[in-house]
Amino acid sequence: MTDHALEPQAEPTWYLTEEEGHHDHGAAGPTILGFWIYLMSDALIFASLFAMFGVVASAYAGGPVPREIFDLKLVALNTGLLLASSITFGEAMPHMEAGRVGPVRFWLALTGLLGAGFVGIELYEFAHLIAENAGPDRSAFLSAFFTLVGTHGAHVTIGLVWIVTMLIQLGQHGLNAATRRRLICLSMFWHFLDIIWIGVFTFVYLYGVIR
Amino acid sequence: MSTPHETPDTRGHGNGHRIGSLLAIVLTVIPFWLVMNGSPLSPGWTVATIFAFAIVQIIVHVVFFLHLDTRSEGGWTLLAFLFTAVIVILTIGGSVWVMYHLNANMMPMPDMGNGH
Amino acid sequence: MTDTLTKTVFGRLSLESLPFLHEPILLGTFIVVALLGLGLVGVVTKYKLWGYLWKEWFTSVDHKKIGIMYIILGIVMLLRGFSDALMMRAQQAIAFGDNPGYLPPHHYDQIFTAHGTIMIFFVAIPLVVGIVNFVMPLQIGARDVAFPFLNNLSFWLTVAGALLVMLSLFVGEFARTGWLSYAPLAGLQYSPDTGVDYYLWSLQIAGVGTTLSAINMVATVIKMRAPGMTMMKMPVFTWTALCSNVLAIAIFPALTAAFFLLLLDRYAGTHFFTNELGGAPMMYWNMVWIWGHPEVYVLVLPAFGIYSEITSTFTGKRLFGYSSMVYATVVITILSYLVWLHHFFTMGAGPTVNSFFGIATMVISIPTGAKIFNWLFTMYRGNIRFELPMMWVVAFMLTFTVGGMTGVLLAIPPADFVLHNSLFLVAHFHNVIIGGVVFALFAGMVYWFPKAFGFKLDDFWGKVAFWGWVIGYWVAWTPIYVVGLMGTTRRVNHFDDPSFQPYFVIAAIGAVIILVGILGFVMSILVGFLKRDQLKDTTGDPWEGRTLEWSTSSPPPAYNFAFTPVIHDLDAWYDMKSRGYARPTSGFRPIHMPKNTGAGVILSGLALVFGFAMIWYIWWLAALSFAGLFAVAVGHTFNFKRDYYIPAEEVAATEDKRTTLLAQGA
Repeated sequence: MTDHALEPQAEPTWYLTEEEGHHDHGAAGPTILGFWIYLMSDALIFASLFAMFGVVASAYAGGPVPREIFDLKLVALNTGLLLASSITFGEAMPHMEAGRVGPVRFWLALTGLLGAGFVGIELYEFAHLIAENAGPDRSAFLSAFFTLVGTHGAHVTIGLVWIVTMLIQLGQHGLNAATRRRLICLSMFWHFLDIIWIGVFTFVYLYGVIR
Repeated sequence: MSTPHETPDTRGHGNGHRIGSLLAIVLTVIPFWLVMNGSPLSPGWTVATIFAFAIVQIIVHVVFFLHLDTRSEGGWTLLAFLFTAVIVILTIGGSVWVMYHLNANMMPMPDMGNGH
Repeated sequence: MTDTLTKTVFGRLSLESLPFLHEPILLGTFIVVALLGLGLVGVVTKYKLWGYLWKEWFTSVDHKKIGIMYIILGIVMLLRGFSDALMMRAQQAIAFGDNPGYLPPHHYDQIFTAHGTIMIFFVAIPLVVGIVNFVMPLQIGARDVAFPFLNNLSFWLTVAGALLVMLSLFVGEFARTGWLSYAPLAGLQYSPDTGVDYYLWSLQIAGVGTTLSAINMVATVIKMRAPGMTMMKMPVFTWTALCSNVLAIAIFPALTAAFFLLLLDRYAGTHFFTNELGGAPMMYWNMVWIWGHPEVYVLVLPAFGIYSEITSTFTGKRLFGYSSMVYATVVITILSYLVWLHHFFTMGAGPTVNSFFGIATMVISIPTGAKIFNWLFTMYRGNIRFELPMMWVVAFMLTFTVGGMTGVLLAIPPADFVLHNSLFLVAHFHNVIIGGVVFALFAGMVYWFPKAFGFKLDDFWGKVAFWGWVIGYWVAWTPIYVVGLMGTTRRVNHFDDPSFQPYFVIAAIGAVIILVGILGFVMSILVGFLKRDQLKDTTGDPWEGRTLEWSTSSPPPAYNFAFTPVIHDLDAWYDMKSRGYARPTSGFRPIHMPKNTGAGVILSGLALVFGFAMIWYIWWLAALSFAGLFAVAVGHTFNFKRDYYIPAEEVAATEDKRTTLLAQGA
């Protein structure tokens, strides 16, 4: 209605004769928002897993309790690796904006190495627990622990595959609209996984040990 | 529309990122230290403290690493984040609340099944 | 030695797993399905249509074609789901006293499980998603959705899920655990065969598709609206599509997680929902209903949008209380997340919890009731044209209101303790789903059919469909309400008390009347197609519509709009018509469009193989198909050439054709 008031007599414009840029290129496209919404839905999967963990957190069924099985030194090391990888990824982004493909690939590769270290330590922890007869089939608490932490680890692994893919594509194409967009999405994914990990180390490990 | 690199996306990078990294490190080290080295606080307060640190750190990550603010994507990312936060709280809080009551009401008595 | 080898190669699959070899009913079904399938393949091959179908449809990223394919999937699965319904009605009509009926419990349990699963996941969802897919981008003046390839992938993942369910008819069997497969019954201990695995894998694969589609639609509404279309100038259907998809994104993760955990219980020996070692079976109920209740609103919100569009069009008036309609939709979106526990009031959560969820459930009826008044006031003093879509709207208002009221009744926890698990509840949710969602889907298909295909559906057979459904609904479900109130429980395949038999006989007659309605709808398409020259829509605006989709030709060109429209008011097309909009006939430019791709079909095919291999424990095939999935997905990202331009001459030629057509029509 306000539009009527603004253009009282003049023939209104009914359509655009000049098309502005392309919808799906660059920061104006829907990809960043769409990926953000995907992350939100992924966060809700984790919310369900956290809820499951919360419900059976004390269902030890006579099996081991958190204090006996969690090695906080290892968890602290792992947390440090993942946080460091978040920071190194952050270092890559200004280089991307400045269009310097070399430093981007360097920081990205470093991020990948730190992430691989994280996954490696987690696998070691899992193998150790299973060997101690504290595997996912021992109690509901352990089922929930392995599933929550393992799902996060699987996400990090997918992130690693994505990093390798990005390193190859950056080598092939350099920084263009498509690779920039993908890098932005990847950085969002990586930081998102670090945020989930904050919930994991607080709720599962630290709170588990004090309880 | 040929402004270089679309909209200049300098927010958050450089200084913001470094500040965020520093805060994240501090907010991670303190809760670990509290739990690993024996907290001077009572257990209840320790739990409250580590959870408070986790929430603050999540906000730090979202603001400094994911660059969430009121302007990006016309405010839609912020709206989506807040909506998700509400749903997360409802899912976790609601489930634990419901299941606590179910367990409290329906838990088998300690001597059930041992009676015969 | 050979035994282990067979096990390694075929998992638990063997000749024993083909039940149609020894069950006559299944053998008959198998023969019919096989003949129909062979006939279809024969026709397509004879007329050399495979290339056309592959190039123009299967690999298409055009939201209109994907929408139509979703609707075809929904209608095909409706026929399957409805034949399950007929079988149940027939069994319950005869199985009294000494007569055991013709379906043993083992088979009957599979039928009611398949009926519920199919009707919600593979009928209601594809039909709703299909209509949203087709209509919403046109309503907001966009050329496609935000992520066209993802749209194609979502569709094919849904098809893969549907195919797995259909496969369970002939290879192994389906779940016997009810449409949500509650734990612990659905755990490995009580359901060791393939049924629950079919259920879980098919819904998990289809669920990924639904989630991706919801993300796509939300991004589309937010980012792709034509200039000038602010949020409060969006058509109501677009608003409801947005809220429905936001809700879908919020709830599907809970279902995915619940199914994931149940799968781990069944495959990896975890103890989430078992009875031992600390498992919490009720947590499964809790999680599936966190999804389940809002899911009703995911389906019914777009239905409300369809009713709103039709009411406004056929009364020739702007919708009464547009903004209150929008706010009601948003409020329902949020409130629907706070009511899930009313599905298990009787499971012992106690008075505090039950009161909270009971009150929240009742509060939802307030915005829903407000909507009914909005439609009534739109009709009040309007110039109502009682054409077919409008008839569906009126039938909806009468039917749905009754369903809503029995819902409020069930929301009272003490009443629910009496009615829980009774046929009264079953009658209630069929009342709201048929009266609310199904009627809307038929109304919407009749309303938008000319837009999609360029001719209207046959009116006579459309009316047969209408009266068949409406009369059939009431004849089928009124007796079920009555026996439910008298205490009959659901999911029973034999009754001892013969005094209930007349009710079930009447219900069976009602189901047959609904069958007439379904066949009437299929006939209205066939007859409409045969009479397509008489029923042709040359204007693109056969109903005197008010929203943007009626401004393009019927069917719309691949690019929807030659020039992106500019919006000044709600009911944009009505505004354009009443203020002297002249259709542009020259100055066309090349249009940038996404390319078709076969990646969606391939990925979904691999997902289907993966699901099948997991169900039958064929580990090598599962590993192989999973690796294939991963490789194709990563490989697809190396394809950077995903778009092309429709040349200006081609646009001009298409638009000129329409100019001629319009001139002939006038």
